[in-house]
Amino acid sequence: MSKHIETRDLNVYYGEFLAVEGVNISIAARSVTAFIGPSGCGKTTFLRTLNRMHEVLPGARVEGELLLDGENIYGTGVDPVTVRSMVGMVFQRPNPFPTMSIRENVLAGYKLNGARMSKSQADDVVEEALMGANLWNEVKERLDKPGSGLSGGQQQRLCIARTIAVKPDVILMDEPCSALDPISTLAIEDLIHELKQEYTVVIVTHNMQQAARVSEKTAFFNIAGTGKPGKMIEYDETATIFNNPNNEQTERYVSGKFG
Amino acid sequence: MSPTEPKTPTPASVEGPAGPAGQRSPKRGPGRGSSLTQNTMPWWIGPVVLAAAAVLGAALSSLITFSLALWFIFTAVLYVLISYVITRLRVNRRKATDGFWRNLVYLAFIIALLPLVSVIWSVTSVGLPGLLEPGFFASDMQGIDGSIDQQSQEEGTPVLGGIRHALIGSLLITIAATLISVPIGLMTSIYLVEYSRGGTLARAITFFVDVMTGIPSIVAGLFGGAAMAWFLSVGSSMGLPLPSRSTMGITAAIALSVLMIPVVVRTTEEMLRVVPNELREASYALGVRKWRTILKVVIPTAISGIAAGVTLAIARVIGETAPILVTAGFVVSTNWNLVQGWMTALPVYIFRQFQNPTSPNFSDPSHQRAWAAALVLILIVMLLNLTARIIAKVFAPKKTGR
Repeated sequence: MSKHIETRDLNVYYGEFLAVEGVNISIAARSVTAFIGPSGCGKTTFLRTLNRMHEVLPGARVEGELLLDGENIYGTGVDPVTVRSMVGMVFQRPNPFPTMSIRENVLAGYKLNGARMSKSQADDVVEEALMGANLWNEVKERLDKPGSGLSGGQQQRLCIARTIAVKPDVILMDEPCSALDPISTLAIEDLIHELKQEYTVVIVTHNMQQAARVSEKTAFFNIAGTGKPGKMIEYDETATIFNNPNNEQTERYVSGKFG
Repeated sequence: MSPTEPKTPTPASVEGPAGPAGQRSPKRGPGRGSSLTQNTMPWWIGPVVLAAAAVLGAALSSLITFSLALWFIFTAVLYVLISYVITRLRVNRRKATDGFWRNLVYLAFIIALLPLVSVIWSVTSVGLPGLLEPGFFASDMQGIDGSIDQQSQEEGTPVLGGIRHALIGSLLITIAATLISVPIGLMTSIYLVEYSRGGTLARAITFFVDVMTGIPSIVAGLFGGAAMAWFLSVGSSMGLPLPSRSTMGITAAIALSVLMIPVVVRTTEEMLRVVPNELREASYALGVRKWRTILKVVIPTAISGIAAGVTLAIARVIGETAPILVTAGFVVSTNWNLVQGWMTALPVYIFRQFQNPTSPNFSDPSHQRAWAAALVLILIVMLLNLTARIIAKVFAPKKTGR
């Protein structure tokens, strides 16, 4: 189910602008990896290259290799749609489809692709995904109500359920808790711990405590100045990054001296 | 200094646009405990001032020559002035200015509404008798000649003849124009919003759509006729069995679609642009292809706006006269066939009944039919606008489900 990720000299561009430079990282399967760093350093941009969402934006492109279990997802002839069905993504703001009910939102990955499934199959998928997202007990009575009627934290867990319903190998999370209150954040963090049993999870966060709580490994990104490319400064065990970093910039950042 | 007076100057206590604070403090009686209260006016002051202004206005206008318009003008001016002066004296300057401008805004709103109300009133009052004539919807103008109209004007026999042919023509032509315009317009706006990425082609399309919006409708009519004539000549030179004359319903539909396409492109483009990008990205992230994302996420999210925009575009072209007159002509009998023979539309029918009454010397029956047809046209447009609202409401994404 779960795959490991490896990048080789990955450069990410917006048109001619080099946004992230020379990333070499190896992310193990069935682990949680956190990306931290100041705003604008390219964490989110890099995360979006992991499922080829980056190139949705006009002029955006990527150089280098990104291996998913040894297969280059930027190789010639690779269909980005296939990559995205293997690498799911949860966004910063909860974005359930407003025209769909809770049930349809969970099934969106199948329904939007025109997959046919029997009602009992669909029921199984919905229940399993919502259970997996710790949302089943809260919404099982109102599966046919619109997804946008849920609270922010519930909506975000609905989006996670939607992502795990299609059984990806990797789940990317772009600051999934930044729009949520502490209780919803706790629910999502608990969920991340459970997701790690089956999936490779990569999370971008501004909250260093969160990175320390949920992740096994942490990558610190930084930018030398405006207009300069972002770089991955240090990548190590989370405990090392927060307690005993090798790099001086990392130490200054995690101790709150800048950024 | 009384204990209610503020000890230190606050923004409210120093002299401001509301006038010096000292003016208010003497009026503050023992019953007013709070420093925040000020003089208020009883609720009935507005209606009383309005009534007084109406009476005074009636008196003033009858000094000149009494007419409704003059009465309205005097009443409005008096009401605005009197309420300003009273508020100024009783409360303060800020309230008075506020009320003054609010009254002016209400007045502007009423003036803007007057033509609409007046149009609806005059068309309804003049057109209703013709509308209630038995057989007005069920009969066309076949066999109605000058002698019948002369008889009904001179001897009071029922006005015969109706709008069946015009109603059918209008509906067929408009439906055909919609069927042509909506796919073209919708696909154009999908290209502009989803695929173009702001290139030269997209800017050219936007520019030409803007130019098309300004095309005079008679030019669109001439274009439709010329295009159909060319098409028919090319087709018949290739040996296809085509009608020899370009004057038919479908030609009018093509001419109308020239007017309709830019409206559809513009409204649907706006509606597609307001669909949040997050939804597209959420769909892509689930491994959904772009065309499916557009078809299943973007368009359903925007469908209420699209449907409303299309309905308004229909309402816009259903009242066109000139392009239909030069492309579909005018007949007195019912024609169900869009691709064969002449066809009448409601606006053309109205135009003809006014311009060329069936009996030149006894034009009252013709005018009655024209006004009734005008009433029907207004009702259709109103119905379409109402439909647009209902569609927008029914298809709108469900906001809450708590």
